[in-house]
Amino acid sequence: MSEPIAEEIPRRAWLRLVPLVVALVIGAFLFVGLGLRPKEIPSALIGKAAPEFDLPALPGRPKGLKTADLKGEVSLVNVFASWCVSCRAEHPLFMKLQASGVVPVHGLNNKDKGEAAMSWLNRYGDPYDRVGADLKGRVSIDWGVYGVPETFLVSAEGRIVCKHIGPVMQRDLEILLKAIEALRQGGTAQC
Amino acid sequence: MLMVYLRGLLLLLCLAGLSTPAFSVAVDTPLDDPRQEARARAIHKQLRCLVCQNQSIEDSNASLARDLRILVRERIAAGDSDDAAIGYIVERYGDWVLLRPPIKAGTLVLWAAPAVFLILAIILIAVWYRRRNGPASKPVASLSAEEQVRLKDLLDRGDQP
Amino acid sequence: MIAELGHFALVLALSVALVQATIPLLGAWRGDPGWIGLARPAALVQCLLVSIAFGALMHAYVTSDFSVLNVATNSHSAKPLLYKISGVWGNHEGSLLLWLLILVLFGAAVALFGGNLPAPFRARVLSVQAMIAIGFLAFVLFTSNPFERLFPVPLDGRGLNPLLQDPGLAFHPPFLYLGYVGFSMAFSFAVAALIEGRVDAAWARWVRPWTLAAWCFLTMGIALGSWWAYYELGWGGWWFWDPVENASFMPWLAGTALLHSSIVVEKRDSLKNWTVLLAIVTFSLSLLGTFLVRSGVLTSVHAFATDPARGVFILGFLIVVIAGSLTLYAIRAPAMKGGGLFAPVSREGGLVLNNLLLSTACATVLLGTLYPLFLDAVTGEKITVGPPYFNATFGPLMLPALIAMAVGPMLRWKRADLGGAVQRLKFAIAATVAALFLTLVLAYDGPWLAIPGIALGVWMIAAALEEAAYRLRLFRVPVGESLRRLVRSPRSAWGTTFAHAGAGMVIIGIVASSSWQVEKLQVMRPGEEVAVGGYSFKFIGARPFKGPNYNAVRGAFQVSRNGVDITLMEPESREYQDPPMETTEAAIRTGWGGDLYAVIGDPTGDGVWSTRFYNKPMIHWIWMGALVMVFGGMVSLSDRRHRVGAPSRRKAGAKPLKVAQSMAGK
Repeated sequence: MSEPIAEEIPRRAWLRLVPLVVALVIGAFLFVGLGLRPKEIPSALIGKAAPEFDLPALPGRPKGLKTADLKGEVSLVNVFASWCVSCRAEHPLFMKLQASGVVPVHGLNNKDKGEAAMSWLNRYGDPYDRVGADLKGRVSIDWGVYGVPETFLVSAEGRIVCKHIGPVMQRDLEILLKAIEALRQGGTAQC
Repeated sequence: MLMVYLRGLLLLLCLAGLSTPAFSVAVDTPLDDPRQEARARAIHKQLRCLVCQNQSIEDSNASLARDLRILVRERIAAGDSDDAAIGYIVERYGDWVLLRPPIKAGTLVLWAAPAVFLILAIILIAVWYRRRNGPASKPVASLSAEEQVRLKDLLDRGDQP
Repeated sequence: MIAELGHFALVLALSVALVQATIPLLGAWRGDPGWIGLARPAALVQCLLVSIAFGALMHAYVTSDFSVLNVATNSHSAKPLLYKISGVWGNHEGSLLLWLLILVLFGAAVALFGGNLPAPFRARVLSVQAMIAIGFLAFVLFTSNPFERLFPVPLDGRGLNPLLQDPGLAFHPPFLYLGYVGFSMAFSFAVAALIEGRVDAAWARWVRPWTLAAWCFLTMGIALGSWWAYYELGWGGWWFWDPVENASFMPWLAGTALLHSSIVVEKRDSLKNWTVLLAIVTFSLSLLGTFLVRSGVLTSVHAFATDPARGVFILGFLIVVIAGSLTLYAIRAPAMKGGGLFAPVSREGGLVLNNLLLSTACATVLLGTLYPLFLDAVTGEKITVGPPYFNATFGPLMLPALIAMAVGPMLRWKRADLGGAVQRLKFAIAATVAALFLTLVLAYDGPWLAIPGIALGVWMIAAALEEAAYRLRLFRVPVGESLRRLVRSPRSAWGTTFAHAGAGMVIIGIVASSSWQVEKLQVMRPGEEVAVGGYSFKFIGARPFKGPNYNAVRGAFQVSRNGVDITLMEPESREYQDPPMETTEAAIRTGWGGDLYAVIGDPTGDGVWSTRFYNKPMIHWIWMGALVMVFGGMVSLSDRRHRVGAPSRRKAGAKPLKVAQSMAGK
């Protein structure tokens, strides 16, 4: 009775290795997974034209923001709000960027109160060229914004090229600047 | 491991970590037409909250979830079909918001896997069973005429030492 | 000072674990009784040392010693005592320490009550346990030291997340860990058996009570967690197929399969290979859960991921443990040949079907949970695998298992007559058909899935009861004879009856509450009334309210049915200061028919409040059913053949040992 079993075991020995192999494959994936950032949801709008919108200016500030304003020149669109804590972290970088004049930065003021946003800009400095007041947050949804701050790189043709989620730090800015350079020279931006 | 306990932490993260405006238990104004409202609610349950990341927008207190709920209601009220209303959100946020992963190249394995697992397991069991019980159980089940003769022979011999 | 003592105790525990992991194992190999004998005292000392460390951390929390970083980050002096205590495991470091404490408690339990195990085998088991402990001790000491000091000492702590300040959640993690870590026993027994190269009925008999106990704890832990989510989160949901939930559900599925397959090993000496593999897999899934929750590889769990070193460490440990045991399995498994043969239709066959479906379902949950990670790693594409996927795949896989579960206990070992078994369930069939019609008549306008769903639950309960009646030969023999059978029939059979009936109750609760739930959300003014599924909610008003460490708004709703006042419901919307956060305290009234659930939201201006009401018929059956399942597990655990300490309590300890050895040698 045990004879046929004993004969067949070596033939199927590989089967016993299956659990080990499966475990190692899962382990390898988990190791790769440690380096991934699952919380960052890539934008569905990369490579597409910026959504159609026309936002008024903040009270007491001259320029509002609309789709047409994004054409003709490479620009950054920064989603910010006065209630947003991490916006403070990236703010000095945008001030420097504005002072250097490398690239125009437009603001998309997300779900804020006009006066609160203005006093925030007056207090910490205003790095923006144009600012659209998106008080209801509807335009931000059209841009696929899900957390503030977010920063978009828009090409001269008004296409969305990159999206950065979270505060822009020095390292992120360098990547963005490289991408801007590439865009201006007619290449493809890596970011 | 801490299961839902972490959901709590996550909620905290929604409130403090990612900057979102002040939060409250979201109870929004329903649509007047109960059938439209029911459709909108069904759609809410299929869309993932982007900020809290692990609930449907129906279940989330986050402000963006509320905005999206209102948006879906508006699309439904404007006469969108369910697919069109979902498509409106997907256009902006991508397939990621769909709690039911769409069937496409990247998810074929995912959708096929349960059936494949089941079939593989059945085949494995069948092979194992045949190998183990097949040849061994036959003699138990019935003896061939020749075997019966031999058995009788053996038994008879046993009787006469 | 006490914190340093705790730290020092952990260091000592690590060195004891190193000894315990090696010397007894070598001793068992060399046959040296002295080295073998070291296992027991080592396990006890290790348990003592980890208890000291845990006690030290508990002391720091209870006395609000904010010079300890962990306390300062996670506690607050104004917190009620219960939550100061539960705060110990309400954070990464402390929860690991609890994990460790339970692990060494199980080890000590084997040392104390494992008198019926052959000494070399027990030594091997304890060595394997110590190896797991080494990993976790090193993890705690090198990456997650809970005793780290903080200077300057803050005046007060940052507080515990208010959502966690809840009695349901205070006890949820300990139960969950008792379940997770309890499966380490099955794992250690499996590895020890692989080292010895022998798995037999006696092995299964030793493993079963530990697995059963772990299963009871895990069932309880999962039930507590879902109950907490139900009443605390304020959305009325209780299961979300969240990765963190799945992390606890996968070991449960595998553990349930293990529970059933080990019966076959014990009774029929078959499925040995598979059962050993399941024991390894079940604990591996527990470890995987620990990793998923703490590493941040999945979105749900990002909250803990502060230190990538932790993720790498625990993953390394995970791979060593799992790959090591599976390699051992690959080498040794072919040596273990099964004995008992059986026909496809037989008790064994039924249990194989159970294992087939449970493991397939478990694999599906695993794949669904990890798939976003796989896809992201391979293509960079990000997708979501949410409840619709799991409902669409897990449901159909479990359905045949649930239907068959009612018939299984009616089948005989080796070869059974399916027709006869079904015939013996004629009352259950009648009850099911009656339920089918009754639901059809009473709820003809409801979702059609509710009708077979309820019938399924009734079928499971009725069949479990009829099987018990059959066992007692109720109404076919004199009542006295049935009573005698009641006393004499094995408790494990009663455990099956309860556990299976409990599962049926869970099904009924799920089907009824999801099919016939009525939900109303609206804005209300005081004096307004809303009808919710036959009940009427009248908003009386809302007023501010001050709790021990929060401010709240408490709404009052008079609930009536057909003009008769039933109850006053007072949901709260709380605002905590440390840390600042708002929570929803739903008001829940549980009646025989189900739950009424009321939530008050924010004022929307002009004295108008947003409110949310649910009528959830029979939802409490979900948790009652889970309790009945746990009760069944405990009844089975009390079976004399399972009782862990029983042999050593009877007369002398030596005799059962001999019995066990003779069984082992069989």
